[in-house]
Amino acid sequence: MAITSRFARELTPGQKRVTPGSVVADLAILAWFVFSLFPLVWMVLLALKNDAQQTSTYFEFSPTLANFGTVLSQRGEDLTSVDFGHAMLTSVLNCAGAVVVSLVVGIPAAYAAGRWKFRGSEDLMFQMLSFRFAPELMVIVPLFVIYNTLGIFDTKLGMVWVLQLVTMPLVVWILRSYFTDLAPELEQAALLDGYTRTRAFLTVALPLVRPGIAAAALLAFIFAWNNYLFPLILTDSQATTVTVAVTKYLGGGGQAYYNLTAAAAILGALPPLVLALTIQRYLVRGLSFGAVKA
Amino acid sequence: MRRVPAWRRGLRPYLLSVPAVLLIIGILYAFFYGVYYTVLNYAATNPTPSFVGADNYRSVLGDPLFWRSAGTTLLYAVAATGLETVLGVAIALLLNRSTLIGKTFERLLILPLMIAPVIAGVIWKLMFNPQFGVLNHVLGLGSTFDWLSKDRALASTILVDVWIYTPFVAILVLAGIRSLPKEPFEASDVDGANWFYMFRRLMLPMMWPYILVAVIFRFMDCLKVFDAVYVLTAGGPGVTTTTLQIGAFEDSITNLNYSRGSTYMFLLWIIVFITARYLVSVLGKAQRRAAGAGA
Repeated sequence: MAITSRFARELTPGQKRVTPGSVVADLAILAWFVFSLFPLVWMVLLALKNDAQQTSTYFEFSPTLANFGTVLSQRGEDLTSVDFGHAMLTSVLNCAGAVVVSLVVGIPAAYAAGRWKFRGSEDLMFQMLSFRFAPELMVIVPLFVIYNTLGIFDTKLGMVWVLQLVTMPLVVWILRSYFTDLAPELEQAALLDGYTRTRAFLTVALPLVRPGIAAAALLAFIFAWNNYLFPLILTDSQATTVTVAVTKYLGGGGQAYYNLTAAAAILGALPPLVLALTIQRYLVRGLSFGAVKA
Repeated sequence: MRRVPAWRRGLRPYLLSVPAVLLIIGILYAFFYGVYYTVLNYAATNPTPSFVGADNYRSVLGDPLFWRSAGTTLLYAVAATGLETVLGVAIALLLNRSTLIGKTFERLLILPLMIAPVIAGVIWKLMFNPQFGVLNHVLGLGSTFDWLSKDRALASTILVDVWIYTPFVAILVLAGIRSLPKEPFEASDVDGANWFYMFRRLMLPMMWPYILVAVIFRFMDCLKVFDAVYVLTAGGPGVTTTTLQIGAFEDSITNLNYSRGSTYMFLLWIIVFITARYLVSVLGKAQRRAAGAGA
């Protein structure tokens, strides 16, 4: 049956044709994208300006890549007392560590919660969800004391442990929805073939949710990368991360370095942006904790 | 097939969850320590704390600043969530019917959402600068218009929140629209229904779970907002943008009064926890209803 009404066609998914209405829609969307993308474009421009041009708000200038070099070099360090290159590397290691631990610990839990309904499973899942929503400061102050006692303040180990709070709920909730969607008959067939439960899981179930695992891991990495409060309080200089390092460029004592700030902001934003574009297809499910499937 | 005793089969999900539970306990340990702080007078100036009962609660609950920051947080959460929901739904509808530009830009929709909120704060701080920022120049506001002044700071931080998170609502709702079945629209089209009727009676009810998920996530996150606001205003000027988590940060980190800050946070945590429980149960009902309607 074909949709005849012009209005109905607009609401129906997948039916598109160029009409005066769609032109208006295009213009409205364009307005949003100007608002949405302008700050990013402006940051790139600002990061390409030299010290003399940084305070001008004009668009024409002779671009230079020197600011990125400055931020990543000794001179950037002298200006802000933060080694930005080191912070980038630390962020990569912290986040990779947190993601790996989250996967090792989270995949079995997600499988259990997705496959079986057991006493306490819903409580466990809600507990995870509450980590996602809980205000970070509630645990940061005690952790600060505990970390100092254990001697893991300002260490990568300490950061990996605390970033679990960000990454593990994400991994468990996303993967649970993938495991729930997986027909149990697939593993049962493997069991009938004489596979052990473990082998059925490893050779049948796990490969089938690989896209989910990849998406969960990358999204968890982005979330860990973007966290600010934990490194702000639980690190000092050795394990400081990109998010904390970027803000140091704002607080320049008297002298302003807008171009350097912009360059640092771009360097810090680039990894999550690149990762997000690669997992775009899985983002909806990930961002909504698997509550919404697309 | 090898027989596994029933008791071991029953135990299996628990064994699989053990590592995760251990990590949770590790964090809960810190959490309960924080709760324990709320009945002490622990501060940097008082490293040997003693039990003070409900003193911290009396102090925090009797502090006008606490209630003011609770009001600021609520205003922030309602305004930001409301604007993001309306704009996000509108953008999703527009992207759904847009023909050329939507297709071209759709992939770029999520970019602001993926940047660290604190970096987004840095970006906007540079743009908000009255003399050297680009906003006043582009908008022709001169060099005296201050986006982060006393009267405008809260609205400006909400604007930044809208910039970051509207795409979140939009991509969730767009996914919802794309998953809708066509048949109800076709049937109602045959019956001669108009656009508004279809939107209200068909599209909105079916999309409701998607919108609700977005609203829940946004509202909960707004209640504990910190990163971008802290970078933009650090709670100021005065206390105009002091949200609950910023207030707690000032108590426990800036003023080093750990017990009072923890009390502040624990009260916020209770609010968040109750709201989360309630909203998640609402969501469960909505999803069951939508599943029933779709079948």
